[in-house]
Amino acid sequence: MEKNVYLDLGYWVQKKAKQLGASQSALGINHSRSVSVDYRDGKVETLKESTQQSMWIEVFAGGRYSSHSTNDLRKDSLEKFLTNAVDLTGFLEKDEYRKLADPELYKGQSKVDLDLNDSGQGDITAEERQDRAKELGAYLEGKDERIISVASGFYDTHSESYQLTSNGFEGQKESTSFTHGVSVSLQGEGDKKPEGWRYYRARHLNDLVGAKQTANEALARTQDRVGAEKIASETMPLLLENSNAAGLFWRLMGPLRASSIQQKNSFLADRKGDKVGSDLLTITDEPSIVRGLGSRYYDGDGLAAKTMPIFTNGVLNNYYTDVYYGNKLGWTPNAGGSSNLIVKPGMRSGAEIEASLDRAILVTNWLGGNANGTTGDFSLGVAGWLIENGKRVKSITEMNISGNYNDLLANLIEVGNDPWIHSSFRTPTMVFDKVSFSGS
Amino acid sequence: MLKMSRRDFVKVTGTGLALATLPGFIRTGFAGVGTGDNPYNFYFQRFGIDEDMIRKVMAEALHYGGDYCDLFFQNELSNSIRLQDNIVNSASTNVTLGVGIRVLNGNQTGYSFTEDISLASMKAAARTAAGIASGSPKAAPKSFNATKLMNYYDTKVSYEDVGVKDKVGMLQAINDDVFKEDPRVVKASVNFSDSEKYILVVNSEGGIASDYQPMLRISVGCTAEEDGRKENNYFDYSARDDINFLTEDKLKRLPREAVARTVKLFEAQTPPAGEFPVVLSAGSAGILLHEAIGHGMEADFNRQGISVYSEKMNKKIAEDFVTIIDNGTNPHIRGSINVDDEGIPSEETVLVEDGVLRTYIHDRISAKHYGVKPTGSGRRESFKHYPMPRMRNTYMRSGPHEFDEMIASVDYGILADQFTNGQVNIGPGDFTFYVKSGSLIENGKITAPIKDVNIIGNGPEVLSKVTMVANDMKMAEGGWTCGKNGQGVPVSQGMPSVLVSSITVGGRG
Repeated sequence: MEKNVYLDLGYWVQKKAKQLGASQSALGINHSRSVSVDYRDGKVETLKESTQQSMWIEVFAGGRYSSHSTNDLRKDSLEKFLTNAVDLTGFLEKDEYRKLADPELYKGQSKVDLDLNDSGQGDITAEERQDRAKELGAYLEGKDERIISVASGFYDTHSESYQLTSNGFEGQKESTSFTHGVSVSLQGEGDKKPEGWRYYRARHLNDLVGAKQTANEALARTQDRVGAEKIASETMPLLLENSNAAGLFWRLMGPLRASSIQQKNSFLADRKGDKVGSDLLTITDEPSIVRGLGSRYYDGDGLAAKTMPIFTNGVLNNYYTDVYYGNKLGWTPNAGGSSNLIVKPGMRSGAEIEASLDRAILVTNWLGGNANGTTGDFSLGVAGWLIENGKRVKSITEMNISGNYNDLLANLIEVGNDPWIHSSFRTPTMVFDKVSFSGS
Repeated sequence: MLKMSRRDFVKVTGTGLALATLPGFIRTGFAGVGTGDNPYNFYFQRFGIDEDMIRKVMAEALHYGGDYCDLFFQNELSNSIRLQDNIVNSASTNVTLGVGIRVLNGNQTGYSFTEDISLASMKAAARTAAGIASGSPKAAPKSFNATKLMNYYDTKVSYEDVGVKDKVGMLQAINDDVFKEDPRVVKASVNFSDSEKYILVVNSEGGIASDYQPMLRISVGCTAEEDGRKENNYFDYSARDDINFLTEDKLKRLPREAVARTVKLFEAQTPPAGEFPVVLSAGSAGILLHEAIGHGMEADFNRQGISVYSEKMNKKIAEDFVTIIDNGTNPHIRGSINVDDEGIPSEETVLVEDGVLRTYIHDRISAKHYGVKPTGSGRRESFKHYPMPRMRNTYMRSGPHEFDEMIASVDYGILADQFTNGQVNIGPGDFTFYVKSGSLIENGKITAPIKDVNIIGNGPEVLSKVTMVANDMKMAEGGWTCGKNGQGVPVSQGMPSVLVSSITVGGRG
């Protein structure tokens, strides 16, 4: 279908929902085309190509609410689907907080061209995709005699989405995403086969980090894992690699949501305006980065995306507040969730910081674990390096870090100048003091 | 005013191909396909297809040769309904319909899918998948032979016949009980979801199989407050069953367990850091098996030589009393399947027998590679994905020891009761699982509660340190989902109480 065909369908659905008894509605239609090519050891392993479409609709009727989705967009199917969606809503209990956003909040979208769509994507041929996937792995041929297997892949997606609400919001966006990566398995000590990988993602094909660098980093990260073992439990500084720091911060996103606050499941409740971290903790939600992986003009409620400080010099500034929980709490909605996260950078590079540490553990990989958003307690599996006198002296694995986010954030003692731009969480190298590592 | 019953709702929204039927129908009769008594008529009508269309799509899929192709048709109707802040204020429905087309050329896979089950769309998708091969066209099979299957989840009532009003009342009663249970409770939420999945798999070897896969999950979460401290926890059930699974006893136990698990956390201490003996309580502790050995036994990783278990077949890896099973045939258990997503009947697969590694978990590709019979473990998240070797219900058989004997043998260690998640690195074998709550064991006695601690170990090493296995095997009751290469499938696990003599506990100290 052409773009306008989807919008036309959206308006048809909106009108139909109203005729059937919905006092308000919000809906979205998504269409995407994805291709993935995976190589293993010089041979194609899988080729996958697909086009998909779906529609979701939120129905508000008689003070009641329900949501529905389907991938059958034929009009006769949709008519039945809608009839029953509206009818189902009538079975539920009234909820005075379920309503669409105040249309004032739809205003003020960024005027910047976020450039999220690479128009050249349609010209990429099947052969080029295969060549790209193959090339990634080919760089590692003969590079290390311990190599058991090298897998490499190239993946790209083109997405279009359309969003409408019955009180006047109309949004449409088009974006592309390209990912390539390499994973390596080596014969380690005994039966162990250490594995490592490196993946890069970008909105535009030309922004992907080069294939050779990607492959070499994947191999180096795997070689780092050979001979890794746990060391004795100890409390010491945690040096967090920039590409890995998001693993610690995405767990804060739940406690920062208004839904968690309203449901009394957040250790950050009632602390807006309080100092919850060290002076170095300054994080901003920035939806308008050109070609940013988390960039957007509006969110799922249609709210115009705006720059929002989350922490400034350790002080908690804002919670992510969607329309529903904003209504429940009496707060003005701002955003349903994070876009891009920017951490205020420090002065030194990751390498300089590492060289300055007497004794610390550099964390380069996470392995499972969890956090309790209600209390802030966390316990996470880690692997990386023991640093002594600024040098990597021993590869470690099978260890945990445990503590409470309140202490961790207060113990942030240095931030690097090297944000990892290949993610929507653009975290630099970070150092947290007094972290409890458990091992043997 | 309501114009339609609940039954009409799901049916009409299902596909526009509404058919009056009962799930029981699906398992009756396995006469040859293509006769007047075609047992697959129900599915053919549901998807708007016939044998001739299937043959035409297959001919397209095999246009460039290829060793094998299959078509995986899926229609799934899911519903969920939620109570929060004392009212049943949200419900959602989802309809999924589509077909995935796969072509195999040796170990290579070509895959495509379409949500439009018309001949033209299916042929286009087939031609895309066909691109994995580069030879001469092959013919589609002339006839299809029904695959004889057992039914491990016989049901009497379709979720299409369960009224929303009944669900609303059920959720409200549970919510009332949560608040009655303990005055410290300040918030409660109850979620009920059900789904009915219809699949049809047809392959170029002439095999055809179908399955009706029901699923329910109900979970109760609550937050309690004491002296300004808050704690949150939950309890859930999941099963391949109909609504009758939820007996009065279970509906009463849900709020009781959710509250007990929450308020217990107020007493909990910070667990210690370091290596300690750990006793795992019977039940969902099977997550240890899932991570420590289950994934490592998936034959795709072994075929590629990248699993820590790749060279351990028929070798002794654990004590004699350790036998580990992956089974798709446990009645009504969440991970059970009558047939896998490649059309192969489900079975019980013995991974470790009396401490010796016996069988990998296979899909078609790996079974062919190793020259063995597939184990009915080729599973996929949906028609949008190709199948891979996946676990179903993974558990350890009961052993010769007693729970009390285990506890008495520990001077200082941990008893782990409730688990939320786990992970593994297949190659080195390092794995973790997260203990939401448990207790300390001191001088052979269970003492203070503990909470929120990750446990980390190495698969083969930990299995060799399972020094006691009790006679109390129990399956997990909740809704576990296994993720692999971006695909989630429902699984379950089970465990008798076991003692691991030493493993790293991620506490503080």
